[in-house]
Amino acid sequence: MPHFFARPMRLLAMAFAVAVAAFAIAPVASLIRIALQGDAEIWPHLMAYVLPAALADTLMLLAGVAILTVIAGAGSAFAVTAYRFPGRDTLVWLLPLPLAFPTYIVAYIYVDILDSFGPVQGAARWIFGWRSAADYWFPNVRSIGGAILVFSFVLYPYVYLAARAMFQTQGAAFTEAARILGASHLRRARDITLPLARPAIAAGLALALLETLNDIGASEYLGIRTLTLSIFTTWLNRESLPGAAQITCVMLTLIAGLVALERYGRGARQFSSSDHKSAERVALHGAYGWLTAALCFLPVLLGFVLPLVFLAREVVARGLLIGFDPDLIRHALNTVALAAIATAAALVLGFGLVTLWRVTQSRFIGAGAFVGSLGYAMPGTVLALGLLSPLVAMDEAINAITQFAGRNSGLLIVGSGAALVFAYVARFLAIPIGFAQAGFSRISIEFDDMARVVGARPRQVTRAIHMPLMRQALWGAALLMFVDCLKELPATLLLRPLNVETLSTYIYQFATRGNFEEGSLAALIIVLVGILPVIRMVRHADAALYPQGEPMPV
Amino acid sequence: MTFKTLRGMALATCGVIAASTAAFAQGEVNVYSYREQKLIQPMFDAFTKDTGIKVNVVSASSGLEQRIKTEGANSPADVLLTVDVARLQEAVNADITQPIMSAALDGIIPAQYRDPNGAWYGIAMRARVIYASKERVKQDSISYEELADPKWKGKICIRSGQHMYNNALFAAYVAHYGEAEAEKWLTGLKANLAQKPSGGDRETARDIAAGKCDIGIGNTYYWALMNDKEADKKAWADATKVVLPTFKKTGGTHVNLSGVVLTKSAPNKANAMKLIEWLAGEHAQHIYADMNYEYPLRKGIKINPTIASYGEINPDKLPIAKIAEHKKAASTLVDKVGFDN
Repeated sequence: MPHFFARPMRLLAMAFAVAVAAFAIAPVASLIRIALQGDAEIWPHLMAYVLPAALADTLMLLAGVAILTVIAGAGSAFAVTAYRFPGRDTLVWLLPLPLAFPTYIVAYIYVDILDSFGPVQGAARWIFGWRSAADYWFPNVRSIGGAILVFSFVLYPYVYLAARAMFQTQGAAFTEAARILGASHLRRARDITLPLARPAIAAGLALALLETLNDIGASEYLGIRTLTLSIFTTWLNRESLPGAAQITCVMLTLIAGLVALERYGRGARQFSSSDHKSAERVALHGAYGWLTAALCFLPVLLGFVLPLVFLAREVVARGLLIGFDPDLIRHALNTVALAAIATAAALVLGFGLVTLWRVTQSRFIGAGAFVGSLGYAMPGTVLALGLLSPLVAMDEAINAITQFAGRNSGLLIVGSGAALVFAYVARFLAIPIGFAQAGFSRISIEFDDMARVVGARPRQVTRAIHMPLMRQALWGAALLMFVDCLKELPATLLLRPLNVETLSTYIYQFATRGNFEEGSLAALIIVLVGILPVIRMVRHADAALYPQGEPMPV
Repeated sequence: MTFKTLRGMALATCGVIAASTAAFAQGEVNVYSYREQKLIQPMFDAFTKDTGIKVNVVSASSGLEQRIKTEGANSPADVLLTVDVARLQEAVNADITQPIMSAALDGIIPAQYRDPNGAWYGIAMRARVIYASKERVKQDSISYEELADPKWKGKICIRSGQHMYNNALFAAYVAHYGEAEAEKWLTGLKANLAQKPSGGDRETARDIAAGKCDIGIGNTYYWALMNDKEADKKAWADATKVVLPTFKKTGGTHVNLSGVVLTKSAPNKANAMKLIEWLAGEHAQHIYADMNYEYPLRKGIKINPTIASYGEINPDKLPIAKIAEHKKAASTLVDKVGFDN
């Protein structure tokens, strides 16, 4: 380990790492505590009747989403990076926009559009003269196939953003050499560009898959019995909170295993190039150009434009603007404030931790970063339940202190928005940690060494070298984290204080009564607030001289 | 993000915190609710108008018992409002309740709809009934038992068997007939389903209207809301009729409760008692009947005409607490017969 820090500094660094990890591990620890409360007798039942089907549904869903998000995300990222074609400059920033939609809202929208009374089947009946749904066959959106499509429409941008950042910054030297040697551009894509982008695609995909795994609203509505849903029914109906915690622990272990495996597989193949000149974009003419444009527009159309038009139409049809609910402004401000504070806190913690890891090269801190990322894999309600006891414990500690002053402070954290900030950070810390790791992996450690050799102090290395080179990664992490916080539902629902709603919980109260359209305006506000940072980030990435690394989730 | 915007946000959050701690002041009552805030707000506004007591609310869809329990002695919660009898029992099991001692309430709420020890009180009632195609179903009475009859093969739509409304109905079946009979019945019902369970009760009406199935199971108030309030879903109500089904054994229709619990640590107990008694009062019971389309539990309050049009209801005499008792068994059977597969 290079001795970058004097001893007291190193201890301080360790303490910081321990603090961050302790924070992130708190929900996991209380989860394990609940799981250990027993109830092993439920497992034979779960194994016989619940988990096989849940596992099969979950794996099928994940496999489908994996295939589609990679095709749509990596495919479109490659096209807009490697080629020039009509509409390319607009598509660059349109493509990530579906990210702004909460998945379950898109599920509701597609059921409305494609179900028997929707415009699509209505048109089909009108054209063919059918009378009722019994007269013809039409694929059911409320099915595993429908779920795969819905999740993929919304989640492919994770792959898109990661893959594009990689394609953009891949050293042009390799592809140019291949071109000089006479390789066609398809062959260059197959043999050079895509293999080099594999880790980035895997990282984006991991985020998309974990979001799929975590979901409860969309899968429940579409009738897919995922593992997460089984966790809920085990808790609420089979009346076994320990059983639910046990399933979650098994699920987390599997995920941690997979992530570790991916890390191990990647470990040997570190790639950082000092050449960050992008390759020239090849112009696609005529039909090829238009075809590429159409294919790239398809995911935007399905994941963003159609749902947006649907919401806008509902807002108008229901007079939601005229009968504007004044509370919405307050809810919107709450939502943005909470998301921004949580994002800022998570960026400091995540980037701080990874920076320490970088300069100390300590395995211990590395493990902290790994554990700190696990929150992303936990279903939000479970995480919220797990966070409750540690937060209340903190409140009681604060109480013990304030009681000296003769005052009971009550539940300072749990009774205020602070609990939500804790929850968001614990849930999404994987994002800044992943982005920071990816960012650093693109900055050769030799830079640090050289700076140290010429006498720079660690702080100066960070400020003069890391910060400017990491700006892209910071922006990327800030964006994803912010948008995820805006959309967060399960933890917010359970932990928010009295009289506080976020846009997400506001929509949910209509959705849960089967009338989500009444929340259309709030959904539209989430989307609009969400797309501003998306557009800003994409522009930033385009203007940047320096690369953004591949976001590694864990 | 500039420093200014960050500072603005920090201030806004302080506002959030300040707003929420104000809940400890005098003249307030804090409600944790499984009913959606928008739905109950008119009720609370009326309560504030009648009594001057401010109501602070947080609503969620699960986990509120755990939250109250973990918050412990410092929990701000005074009252827990729920929509399912099993949840009322869950609150009792979690040991977060204290008895509601009120002779006034005992005089209003029939003994069948409250806990013998006063741990919870029902406030309003809904029934789980049949939505049937007007065009294709001629029958005007259907028994729950009959739903397993092969004559309905491929003709029934329903939401997930693990949803709490179905869970309560199935638990009632277990309570009446025992687990073995209930398993047979569920197997038969499953065999009659037109499609894999999904969606909600409104989707069930939609699927019947679309011709995917002939009958479905839904709550009384959904149909009324679609018929009276939701223009875009009126067609689904128009294509269907509501039949009040009965258990052959008792001739009663399965009902469930909206209910209320007083928390053990209630910091505003006096106000909480006022709220609970007010909810059983005439004003609130009218709101339950006409805005929420539930059956009021207070005698002498008129049932909403749309709900009344289903016919006179004869609520199953099964003690409501029995349903909560068999919740787990019902859920286990749903797994066992692969109901949701």
